[in-house]
Amino acid sequence: MSSIARPAEVGHIEAGETIYLAEQLWPIRGQLFLGLLGLALGGYMGLLQALERIGINLYSAHLLKSYYQGLTIHGMLLAFLFTFSFSNSFLSLTTIRGFQRPLASISLAHGAFLTMLAGTVLAAFATLTNQATVLFTFYAPLKASSLFYLGAVFLVLSTWLTSANQLLTLRAWRREHPGEPIPLLGFVSVVTYLMWDLASVGVAILVVVFLLPWSLGILSSVDPQFELVLFWFTGHPIVYFWLLPAYVSWYLLIPAQVGGRLFSDDLTRFVFLLFLIPSTPTGLHHQFTDPGLPRAMKTVHLFTTFAVVYPSFITAFTVMAALEWGGRARGARGLLGWIRALPWKDPSVTAQLLAMLVFTLGGATGIVNASYSVNLVVHNTAFVPGHFHMTVGTTVALTAMGVCYWLIPFISGRELWGRRLALAQAWLRAIGMLIFARGQIAGGLSGMPRRTAIGDAAYLGLFKWSLDNWLTAIGGIVMTTSGLLFFVVVLGTLFFSRPLTEPIEIPVAEVVHSAGERWPLFDRLSLWFLIAVGLVVVAYGPVILGYLPLNSVSPPIKVY
Amino acid sequence: MRFLGVLVGVLLVGGLTGLYIWMTLNDVLEGRAGVKQLLAALAAIGAGVFAAGVHLPSPAGRIDPKTVRQTPPFDRPRVRGVAPGEYEVVLIARAWAFEPNEIRVPRGSIVRFRVASADVIHGFLIENTNVNVMVIPGQIAEVTARFERPGEYVFLCHEYCGFGHHQMFGKVIVE
Repeated sequence: MSSIARPAEVGHIEAGETIYLAEQLWPIRGQLFLGLLGLALGGYMGLLQALERIGINLYSAHLLKSYYQGLTIHGMLLAFLFTFSFSNSFLSLTTIRGFQRPLASISLAHGAFLTMLAGTVLAAFATLTNQATVLFTFYAPLKASSLFYLGAVFLVLSTWLTSANQLLTLRAWRREHPGEPIPLLGFVSVVTYLMWDLASVGVAILVVVFLLPWSLGILSSVDPQFELVLFWFTGHPIVYFWLLPAYVSWYLLIPAQVGGRLFSDDLTRFVFLLFLIPSTPTGLHHQFTDPGLPRAMKTVHLFTTFAVVYPSFITAFTVMAALEWGGRARGARGLLGWIRALPWKDPSVTAQLLAMLVFTLGGATGIVNASYSVNLVVHNTAFVPGHFHMTVGTTVALTAMGVCYWLIPFISGRELWGRRLALAQAWLRAIGMLIFARGQIAGGLSGMPRRTAIGDAAYLGLFKWSLDNWLTAIGGIVMTTSGLLFFVVVLGTLFFSRPLTEPIEIPVAEVVHSAGERWPLFDRLSLWFLIAVGLVVVAYGPVILGYLPLNSVSPPIKVY
Repeated sequence: MRFLGVLVGVLLVGGLTGLYIWMTLNDVLEGRAGVKQLLAALAAIGAGVFAAGVHLPSPAGRIDPKTVRQTPPFDRPRVRGVAPGEYEVVLIARAWAFEPNEIRVPRGSIVRFRVASADVIHGFLIENTNVNVMVIPGQIAEVTARFERPGEYVFLCHEYCGFGHHQMFGKVIVE
């Protein structure tokens, strides 16, 4: 462990009061670029899917066996690699910035990058050779190569190493600052990962205890219904692990970028703790239509799910307030003048403002999904990808892209290249996604299944999905154009841009209500974590005890 | 037209939920205490659960996918009248077909579907009905629908089940 700032060396960044050490920056850079590579390839697979909708099948031209192989690559790269890598790199930087000190452990920082790389190589090899066409949900008894499951283990391990490093950094900071409140930026970074540590236990057990031994032939059969319980234990809160890095940016960075202020220190801590506590005991709302689980527990999880809606509503008001302050500080008048006064020419800000706008629709459709009875209309239909492409696909991805518009200059020491292209990118992404989502949502409401090669479906002629499919395709093409512009800007910045005249510091908002009004209990993270664990036991204990004994009847099956 | 419907629906649901939560929060923050409001919120969600006689699938027995074809009633997948106006459909879902894939019932029938998988996870969705259930190896999926209007109702597999997933469908023909 190294906690002492070294003297100036090549590759380190000294910005304002914070020193970012070179030996900690290279794994952060490495993960960011690995994630962006995943974004590029995964996004490209999305184009193939969109074109399949209108009868253009490009899979064999890409040496892929099927739509589903492409879909597996799309899901793995975007839902796991891109999101995990981006979180690891972005929230490691906010940890350093928040605590004003280096990460506590160099080896954990390096380990996070190396495990992410190893996981990517293993899973990529398995999927590219069609040994793991099981989609990113990998539902048993569809069997993938052991390398695929091993890859998944490494990807999750990488996030755990990042979390461990944050916690060690927090401990070191506490020793150096006894009795002081945890800096807010550090607090939200750490709590995001604490939530994920608890949430990821389900999928860790699923893969390590069941699927990996099963794929190696050590276990002869598994219980598919129970495997789904474990999968969705993690499968719902993972969306908050995708979302919270965006919230970190909206709460603490965006106000500074628009010249506004964050409303309340306490409220921000409260919101992140509200994500830590009820995020995980909600998984059964993904399993409303599972035959093996009782209605009573599905109803309990319904209520906890609606509890997680609260922090997002608080967020809506808090972030809007920060933006309004920003607009008014920039000279806006009237009731809504502040909207126009926001820095819409700054691509980093514009991308994130559009991400927030799309999130209103994404959140509303999410409430539809989680509703007990309406779920019967939309479960496993195209409505669901319509929903989550607005949330993770836009809210999270477009926020990440917006963050990249200062982050790439920050870590490369070069000015953002192609500012107008970047602006066009943000708008095209949001517009393309709305067109795409309209196609998927309307299709889903008339029974179009998700995860299906609709363009080749035997029943295509029996439905009136033509408009829905065209909108899906057009939206996909617009988003691909946007993706292309994004990478032109990133590569232009890295290779063709001028060096920065002075280093950028990570923007952090000033807080209106902070010192002196704090509730010290907020900082007792171990207490909140224990409460979260307790709620998980209450919500999942009866589900699992009521389900036992396991019905392990399914040997591995490979039908792809 | 459908787009407008979706938009209005989404805005309505989102708007009302938002308004309700905002009002509740406001009450709590201003000290007009939350217990009554909280109970009202729980009641509202609860009413959504039990209203309109919508029932989610619930455990209906376990079965071994390897011996589905030897296990009654799945040894004879078929449509069977159980009472006047009531039918039971025993269905096997396998990669990549439903057996049987054509079901005929008179209009006004109440039909109980019992579905079991012989291999991987499948799904079972009938268009224009509330029938939507996962078909998980090891579990018998049971759902009921009433068919009032004559016509063809396509049912299809909505969970990825391998290379030919998109070929897997059938029809309920209401006469």
